[in-house]
Amino acid sequence: MTSLRLILVAWWLQMKMRSRSAFEGVLGVLWPLFFATTIFLMYRQSASGAALIGASVGASAMGVWSATSTTASSALQSERRQGTLELLVAAPASFPMLVFPIALSMTTVGLYSLVATLLWGRVAFGIPITFHDPFGFVCAVAAVVISIALMGFLESVLMVRYRAAWAIGTALELPVWLLCGFLVPLTLLPAWVRPISWALPPTWGAYALRAAALGGSPWLDVLVCMLLGAVFAALATALSHRLVDSARTHATLALQ
Amino acid sequence: MDYAIEADGLVRRYRSRTGVRRTAAKEVLAVDDVSFRVERGELFGLLGPNGAGKTTTIKMLITLLLPTAGRASVLGLDVVRDAREVRRRIGYVFGGDRGLYERLSALDNLRYFAELYGVPAREQRGRIGELLELVGLTGRERERVESYSRGMRQRLHIARGLLHRPEVLFLDEPSIGIDPVGARELRTTVAGLVEAGTTVLLTTHYMFEADELCNRIAVIAGGRIVAHGTPEELKGNVVDASVVEIETFGADVAVLDRARAIPGVISVDTQDSGQAQLLVVRAQLGVEVTRSVLDCLAGLRVGRVAIREPTLEDAYVELVRHA
Repeated sequence: MTSLRLILVAWWLQMKMRSRSAFEGVLGVLWPLFFATTIFLMYRQSASGAALIGASVGASAMGVWSATSTTASSALQSERRQGTLELLVAAPASFPMLVFPIALSMTTVGLYSLVATLLWGRVAFGIPITFHDPFGFVCAVAAVVISIALMGFLESVLMVRYRAAWAIGTALELPVWLLCGFLVPLTLLPAWVRPISWALPPTWGAYALRAAALGGSPWLDVLVCMLLGAVFAALATALSHRLVDSARTHATLALQ
Repeated sequence: MDYAIEADGLVRRYRSRTGVRRTAAKEVLAVDDVSFRVERGELFGLLGPNGAGKTTTIKMLITLLLPTAGRASVLGLDVVRDAREVRRRIGYVFGGDRGLYERLSALDNLRYFAELYGVPAREQRGRIGELLELVGLTGRERERVESYSRGMRQRLHIARGLLHRPEVLFLDEPSIGIDPVGARELRTTVAGLVEAGTTVLLTTHYMFEADELCNRIAVIAGGRIVAHGTPEELKGNVVDASVVEIETFGADVAVLDRARAIPGVISVDTQDSGQAQLLVVRAQLGVEVTRSVLDCLAGLRVGRVAIREPTLEDAYVELVRHA
């Protein structure tokens, strides 16, 4: 109960902090629309109605990932810059419990991106928002959001030890679009890449979104997505303890 | 004896790398065999110049850095093995602008840290109100921290450090950058905490602060403790000297060297005071050097001349000079 409260309070205050910059707010509103417009214009040339809906769903997941990947990796760097990272580590609360809400707040911003992409597709490109299984779609959205938050959590944790690890987020942003099949079907990727895709939870989240939207059962994909998300969470938690100890050894918690 | 803080042979080395293609590792010994003990309810001062190892020592004690060698305990708990339990029972306040969430209000900052330190939800409101009152921020708590002055931020830091009623409080140069009135209020607050039974380890550059507050002091220089004792004991190290202070303008290195060469003069230091310089001349007890020093300053404008007893600052300067 205490841990849940800690996560909720930390998430709420992170959301508050992110909502305080008008500049970042405007960018956050516009950015996903640019992504979506690019994808819709590409697909509109040759794709059928179903493929356009699939593209719309993929573009919305892209927005969630983009909102998380770059910011998750730089979030702890900002904590370090403003001198609060040491205070987080020096607190008795479990460190992973403090990092996860940071990643979750970014994914929550990404949730806006998902909704905005779908609405933009409807308003500007006439792509219908009709889902074969609306409840399944909502569950698939939740699975995508949580699994991406857990991947962001893993990224953030690396920042504790390595001051330059923020670059990982930027480096991963575009490859994950491809690897998780947000942009193009996985069947178009080389065979050796596919095992990497299958190991990433959002791949299964994207499958689930498309199945719920276009027809088919999303539930197995939702389950795999959540299980892989749990593996990422366990990995991030175990790593966070090791990396905090390493940061205490190598004195990388503060800016020198 | 049951000590609040025990440091035993603490050593901390930092490694850094230089160069891009041909990298070379450089090792810096920041803390070298530091040992001291702080009794429960005591206010212990750690004094030293910049880079002396004060903050590194504190960071090892509050579990933010692992010692390279040696051991330390807080309230009987090992800072490496029992880090989490140590964190529950200590508070940490550092000076300067950083360490707060600028975009949040003071109230939200305190709410967040209250959660982090496990202050029960039903107690949070009352405790935060009490601390805002203590540090004089009542009425300003809903303003964002980015609009706060340095003094207000520092007071908020103190409130943050006290949220969970720590038994031991580490204050790392808490009065840095605060105006004299704010610094005086801070000293009153710290004295009140000690009176209430909190053990405090304080680092500061301000000698009068240490002199006024601390029961005992350790002077650290070059990573080693060079002296420790009560303020009176440390002052006792320089009682064999008298101090002459002369306010002057434009004394150059040659003038200072001439003054240093006067028989009976132990040391000559200068402190800038606006456009003026304050010459601090330490001389052997019983040797009259004022007239000779004034002769060295012939041709220069001379203001106030005063002869006084050695202070803790004189003792500190002398200790650090010989470290």
